[in-house]
Amino acid sequence: MANFYTDNPDLRHHLSHPLMRRIVELRERNYTEAERFDYAPLDFDDAMDNYDRVLEVVGEICGDIIAPNAEAVDHQGASCSDGRAHYADATHINLDACRKAGLMGMAMPRRLGGLNFPITPYIMAADIVSRADTGFENLWGLQDCAETLYEFGSQDQHERFIPRVCQGETMSMDLTEPDAGSDLQSVMLKASQLPDGSWVLNGVKRFITNGDSDIHLVLARSEEGTKDGRGLSMFVYDKRNGGVNVRRIENKMGIKGSPTCELVYKNAPAELVGSRRMGLIKYVMALMNGARLGIAAQSVGVSEIAYREALGYARERRQFGKAIIEFPAVAEMLSVMKAKLDASRSLLYECARFVDMYKVLDDISRERKLTDEERAERKHYNRLADALTPMAKGMGSEYCNQNAYDCIQIHGGSGFMKDYACERIYRDARITSIYEGTTQLQVVAAIRHVTTGTYRELIDSYAARPVKAELQAVHDRLVALTEVYSEAVKAVEAVGDTKYTDFMARRLVEMAGDLVMAYLLLDDANRNDSFTASLHVYVNLAASEITRHSEFIKTFDPAQLAYYTEK
Amino acid sequence: MSLNIIVLAKQVPDTRNVGKDAMKADGTINRAALPAIFNPEDLNALEQALRLKDANPGSTITVLTMGLPKAAEVIREAIYRGADNGIVLTDRPLGGADTLATSYSLAQAIRKIGNYDIILGGRQAIDGDTAQVGPQIAEKLGLPQVTYAEEILDLADGKVTVRRRLEHGVETVKAPLPCVVTVNGSAAECRPRNARRLMKYKYAVSPSEKAALDAARQAFVDERPYLQLSEWGAAFIEADPEQIGFPGSPTKVKTVENVVFTAKDARRLDNDDAQIEELIKELITNHTIG
Repeated sequence: MANFYTDNPDLRHHLSHPLMRRIVELRERNYTEAERFDYAPLDFDDAMDNYDRVLEVVGEICGDIIAPNAEAVDHQGASCSDGRAHYADATHINLDACRKAGLMGMAMPRRLGGLNFPITPYIMAADIVSRADTGFENLWGLQDCAETLYEFGSQDQHERFIPRVCQGETMSMDLTEPDAGSDLQSVMLKASQLPDGSWVLNGVKRFITNGDSDIHLVLARSEEGTKDGRGLSMFVYDKRNGGVNVRRIENKMGIKGSPTCELVYKNAPAELVGSRRMGLIKYVMALMNGARLGIAAQSVGVSEIAYREALGYARERRQFGKAIIEFPAVAEMLSVMKAKLDASRSLLYECARFVDMYKVLDDISRERKLTDEERAERKHYNRLADALTPMAKGMGSEYCNQNAYDCIQIHGGSGFMKDYACERIYRDARITSIYEGTTQLQVVAAIRHVTTGTYRELIDSYAARPVKAELQAVHDRLVALTEVYSEAVKAVEAVGDTKYTDFMARRLVEMAGDLVMAYLLLDDANRNDSFTASLHVYVNLAASEITRHSEFIKTFDPAQLAYYTEK
Repeated sequence: MSLNIIVLAKQVPDTRNVGKDAMKADGTINRAALPAIFNPEDLNALEQALRLKDANPGSTITVLTMGLPKAAEVIREAIYRGADNGIVLTDRPLGGADTLATSYSLAQAIRKIGNYDIILGGRQAIDGDTAQVGPQIAEKLGLPQVTYAEEILDLADGKVTVRRRLEHGVETVKAPLPCVVTVNGSAAECRPRNARRLMKYKYAVSPSEKAALDAARQAFVDERPYLQLSEWGAAFIEADPEQIGFPGSPTKVKTVENVVFTAKDARRLDNDDAQIEELIKELITNHTIG
């Protein structure tokens, strides 16, 4: 009888952010859909009430069904036989519950069978699902492939595929190949056009999450003789047509309920999505950005469960005549875990709101011409979303790994045994900082926002917001730390060597991330006192991190670079 | 084949997590301290009804509940999960009913609904734990009854096949339609609320709930027939005043006592019929059994 939404008041806090009013108004086209759909909201409050009620259903399913199934799913895992991948038994129960509750295609428009939820409440559902079962979040969360199909597919494709996703058919994104992991330009899967104009796919894909899904988005080489990203196109493959078999599934460390497949395409019929040659450079980039936000949400869910398991154990476990939470060393670990959880969650929802803003304006631009202000707004939020997505994914996934580590540490010897959930959490957490681009690749995506000043601008806009008197000292401290960050950026730029900037990139991106998250927590604490403790703990952590990085950069002699780069 | 299905549901105090303040000093339930919920086994019954509907497209599920006007919440909860409509049977003269008067009142309402193929309900409610209402309704309507149902295996050719959960095993029985089936808690859990239905029906109200709304909201409900839940009273179901509420309830609560378990020292009996008989007599005398 647990509810993973209502037992966590932080979620309602984030859902009720002031920017939601504008997001929902745009998303609902000024609430005109109520005339055509009996489940469309009448006004802002009605829409927010809908999100709240539906998230309560998500929380209930997660607390009562998905979380209790997580251990069985982890033990049984997915399997492969006769060219097909098979879910663990309890995974079917989870999927069935999500389908019956109508939680598939949540962010798709109503005319295609979706709920027309903004990204923010949808991402909140992902956060909740991940807390219940991190591996299941993948299967459920791949519904955001529909977003890419919606953005770039034809109207006919929308009408044929998206309602099926909303009815509960699953999706996968078939990108990776044995020789094309992080480097997707090397994709070789061959797309050949037949005389009648239709396409068939031949080749092999590897590491495909939920690779035996009903509807696949596939990156394939449509331009014979090309070797780079410009020869790649995106296709949609319908499992009902046959032609793709699962050769094997991976035996993984974690997220065992989510089958990771090696796929063999043999003359598999597929349809081109959008334009030829745009597969990687445009569509997969959009797809990956959505997926990265999804992994950021998954990471926050892991941080949440890691914190809760650790807190529960620390209150219960008695040593030396008292609960171990009463020992400062344990209490501090828990405070830092909570601060990292809260900071990464605030960043997640800030990012989700920015994505909401530019995507909804993008969608409106397909219906009518945007005004100049709207175009500027779209550009503004698009840039901010691009800047925060790799930060939220990169730092959020690192934090959830740290929290999973500390969760086991607090459990002591028991945590090393298979008897407690924390060992599964630890294994499940590990992939988050690897897939959809490693943390190192998130830094590559983020560093230009250090050098072009996007982060600094954002930080300055946060600093300009007035705060309560009792938080003024924290605010001033962050202003001072921002100068430390900017000095470090200048010092790195002064060397004038890209290789050197790359070497320092992670340090700079983390400093920016520490500041962004600290300011977001300041904003949270300004609105809601329950964040005060996390704010102070996080600012102390951020200050020590920023100072550490600054010290490293300040004292580093560029001539030493060779010690790091030459092996 | 489309079916007309009636599901009986009850709003009950959540007695599963009873705290110190669950009972008032006079021995009655302190309803204010216990949240009102959908009786758990009625949800099991609803799931069986929904499965019948899934298998027989075009079927209609009508939920019938008797209680206070706020029991309309049970109807909404059922509709969120897939029921089509519902009736709140509420009226002051119906109050204070024991199982006999309750089953009479519900049977009258079912007669009023008419044209049903199957009536499903939970085995028992967690407030009274009698398991009498379902069987009594079947008797009053002259219908066959299948109790302790765990799963409806088949419904075809005017017959329903049901697996029953008994104390030491299971039993599969077949009954002609229409009939009453009471569903056991070991049956499948009810499916979750559906997001679309939740958003569509959240403003569904009974007439007495509607009366409390402002004029704009009332007009909103008036424009949308699907938001109008039915509310029936004693007169509407043509109930005999002598058979409903207090007058129709032969059960009278004399007193309610707190039972305090006081474990005494264990007593050892030999394998001896006389000693065992002596113990049984003692247990009957002190009302432990019998």
